[in-house]
Amino acid sequence: MSRETAVSLAFLALLLALPFAAQALDEPFYITLATRMAILALAATGLNIALGLGGLVSFGHAAFFGIGGYAAGILATHAFNNEPLLLGLPGTNQMIVMWIVGAAVAGLVALAIGLISLRTSGVYFIMITLAFAQMIYYFAISWPAYGGEDGLSIYVRNAFPGVNTLKPMSFFLICYALLLAALALFWRLRDSRFGAALQAGRQNPVRLAAVGIAPFRIRLVAFVASGMVTAVAGALFADLNRFVSPSMLSWHMSGELIVLIILGGVGRLAGAVAGAMLYVLFEFVLGGMTEHWQLFLGLILLAVVLFARGGLIGLLAGRPRHG
Amino acid sequence: MSLALFIEQLLNGLQFGVMLFLMAAGLTLIFGVMGLINLAHGSLFMVGAFACASVAAATGSFWLGLAASLAAAAAAGAVIEILVIRRLYDRDHLDQVLATFALILIFSEGTRWVFGSFPLYLDIPALLSGAVHLPGGAQYPVYRLAVIGVGILVAVGLYLLIGRTRLGMRIRAGESDREMIGALGVDIRTLYTLVFALGAALAGLAGAMVGALQSVQVGMGEPVLILAFVVIVIGGIGSIKGALVGSILVGVTDTLGRFLLPAAFGLVMEPSAAAGVGAALASMLIYVVMALILAVRPQGLFSAHA
Amino acid sequence: MAEQVLALDGLEKRFGALKATDGVSLTLEDGEIHALIGPNGAGKSTLIHQIAGTLKPDAGSIRFLGRDIGHLGVAERARLGLGRTFQVSSLAPEFSALRNVMLAVQARQGSSFRFWRPVMRDAALTEPAMAALERVGLAGRARVPAAELSHGERRQLEIAIALALGSRAFLLDEPMAGMGPEGSKALTGFLDGLRAEAPILLVEHDMDAVFALADRISVLVYGRIIATGSVEAIRNDPAVREAYLGEPA
Repeated sequence: MSRETAVSLAFLALLLALPFAAQALDEPFYITLATRMAILALAATGLNIALGLGGLVSFGHAAFFGIGGYAAGILATHAFNNEPLLLGLPGTNQMIVMWIVGAAVAGLVALAIGLISLRTSGVYFIMITLAFAQMIYYFAISWPAYGGEDGLSIYVRNAFPGVNTLKPMSFFLICYALLLAALALFWRLRDSRFGAALQAGRQNPVRLAAVGIAPFRIRLVAFVASGMVTAVAGALFADLNRFVSPSMLSWHMSGELIVLIILGGVGRLAGAVAGAMLYVLFEFVLGGMTEHWQLFLGLILLAVVLFARGGLIGLLAGRPRHG
Repeated sequence: MSLALFIEQLLNGLQFGVMLFLMAAGLTLIFGVMGLINLAHGSLFMVGAFACASVAAATGSFWLGLAASLAAAAAAGAVIEILVIRRLYDRDHLDQVLATFALILIFSEGTRWVFGSFPLYLDIPALLSGAVHLPGGAQYPVYRLAVIGVGILVAVGLYLLIGRTRLGMRIRAGESDREMIGALGVDIRTLYTLVFALGAALAGLAGAMVGALQSVQVGMGEPVLILAFVVIVIGGIGSIKGALVGSILVGVTDTLGRFLLPAAFGLVMEPSAAAGVGAALASMLIYVVMALILAVRPQGLFSAHA
Repeated sequence: MAEQVLALDGLEKRFGALKATDGVSLTLEDGEIHALIGPNGAGKSTLIHQIAGTLKPDAGSIRFLGRDIGHLGVAERARLGLGRTFQVSSLAPEFSALRNVMLAVQARQGSSFRFWRPVMRDAALTEPAMAALERVGLAGRARVPAAELSHGERRQLEIAIALALGSRAFLLDEPMAGMGPEGSKALTGFLDGLRAEAPILLVEHDMDAVFALADRISVLVYGRIIATGSVEAIRNDPAVREAYLGEPA
């Protein structure tokens, strides 16, 4: 077992142990905290496909996160009010349907954004993804049907077959299982032929084209897959808070997702997990000390970028190995 | 719809565009010369607005506030350039994005700490408080016309600065070849600090002028920043001319879209629904314009880095 | 006459007032090594860029295997079998030598949209890649990241990649550059055998290598080909001696 594998498993074990310890100590709040970690880790794992493997600095992944959230919120609202949604189709309170719908819509939106933004690179790509996410954000604010600026409440947490999702532990385990699935996807993608082309395109797109593989299609597929995974996390996030609002779509959210990955380790399997755990911990510890905790988060982030590249995984497991 | 109303909206769009230009010009200059993407440019806008509002409140003079906004934003720009930005020129864009994102957090939260969460208000100076008559009978605030005038002056000034002065020559040389400008004996570190402070001052000026039209509060810079990005993407990164054309295009399209689209939908729908649909689509309009331009010209209209 | 694999006809490329390529016509025939020589700034790299597809010529045509490829992109030309090495090595620096070659193998198989099976356990990729590394003498360094290879080893790796692509013609841009005498000698011997597999358009400054290898030589000066012919003919061409070889040979 390589050192990175060991470190990755340790983080996953720690995340799994946290809610059980909380339950044993009768501190249910910490289960929610662990759930938040798992969901943000899932969202960032999605982004890590595009950013870490493909080198695509998407500053618009909040769009996919929010689309997942709104898919859950809108379907639940229609089910709750017993109103047909579209073409006579009903809403639903089944999480699985929400994940699929959220991922499908996010995938289509990612396809459209990717078709335009991936023709460019570098700073253009960053600004264009940011701009399109902002477009969706403003749309959500000004579209009055689903709460507009005020957002949308989910009155009862949605259902999963055979599980009582109202129990915090059960909901955590659903989130954790999806995180594991996404990590498995990331791991297999990374080591596959597709992943080889994607990573080669990050390291040297000229070389990739010179062997006869056009980077565009590879990146487009990665961008779509990345957005779909992040959308599933968004649906879970809506269920965790029982609330969706345009803030899930904001540029600040996009920035946070990138920050998680940088804290954990760009392109590393457990980078998003380590980063999300660290971030939520900061939020909790610093937030408990001062209401201006984001100032200190900014200082920490600045220090990490300037002086400690490689993130937590890089610190613990050294540089990545590519076989 | 009356002609007067249309002209008023057109002028509003122009004023909005001018404000965007002040932001976009600095951003595109900084990118063109130093190759840096600066997310914290919106924070400098906010610094300008807060400096103007607080100095104007303390002294009772908008003009002192305006001077303070330029000085404060330029100083803040120079300080972050020397402490942080300078270390980022040779880094990849991801590092630049993250470090300047961190600066946003620091600036926003720091400002909240000092000034609290309540917005400040800035009055329009007495000299510019009147209105002028427009053809068609409507009135238009002098202040907004003055903002448009300042924007035109800045555009002309930048054109002369870059085209006609030694500093401008150095900026253009730095843009094409960093090694060469170093070999010419120009102190490139000082040049970069100057360019960054100049961009910051323009952002601060924009913030101060907008401060008198809306409330001055934490986070006011970011929506403007993102629109300025749209402007730069449309205009072509590194091009001042592109920033000017893009700003006016975005400012006018956005303002007229918000005004005309609900009215247009009103012709075919009931009024309340038309207002909702029109507003929602209007909020997306400039991004659609951006997408269309990119589909035809992926590097923007006047790219300096084709 | 042997079959023409690559044929340039009347190629032109301007950068502002500078004519970097000025009516270049040349052919590459089956089984030959055609060397392209010329002083620095003669436009050799510009020409290679146009053949590979990174630059679009302003006028003229490029035919490859009887097909006009002027409108195709870099990746499409590579897929047709135009194997190229770079003047300054261009590799995926984090990947090992083996994985760099495996990328070429997977490109040749047209199979980059497979998402699940780990490449390192895929003999269909590792075996041909290892074979290509063995041919250029780099098998012992297969697991070393490209960034950590020596300069000469990177040149060898570039050639291994072109081999693994199953190229129908090789465009080699200064493969000897920066190699020691031992390395140059070994590479000369290797290229000598390679021409039987596919013809080589060789841009090279090392005249010993050029005179040892070339079947034909074209001399490029200021964007124009001033002479094409056998090694002997070029050595004795007065225009070439004056314009390029300079000192009396």
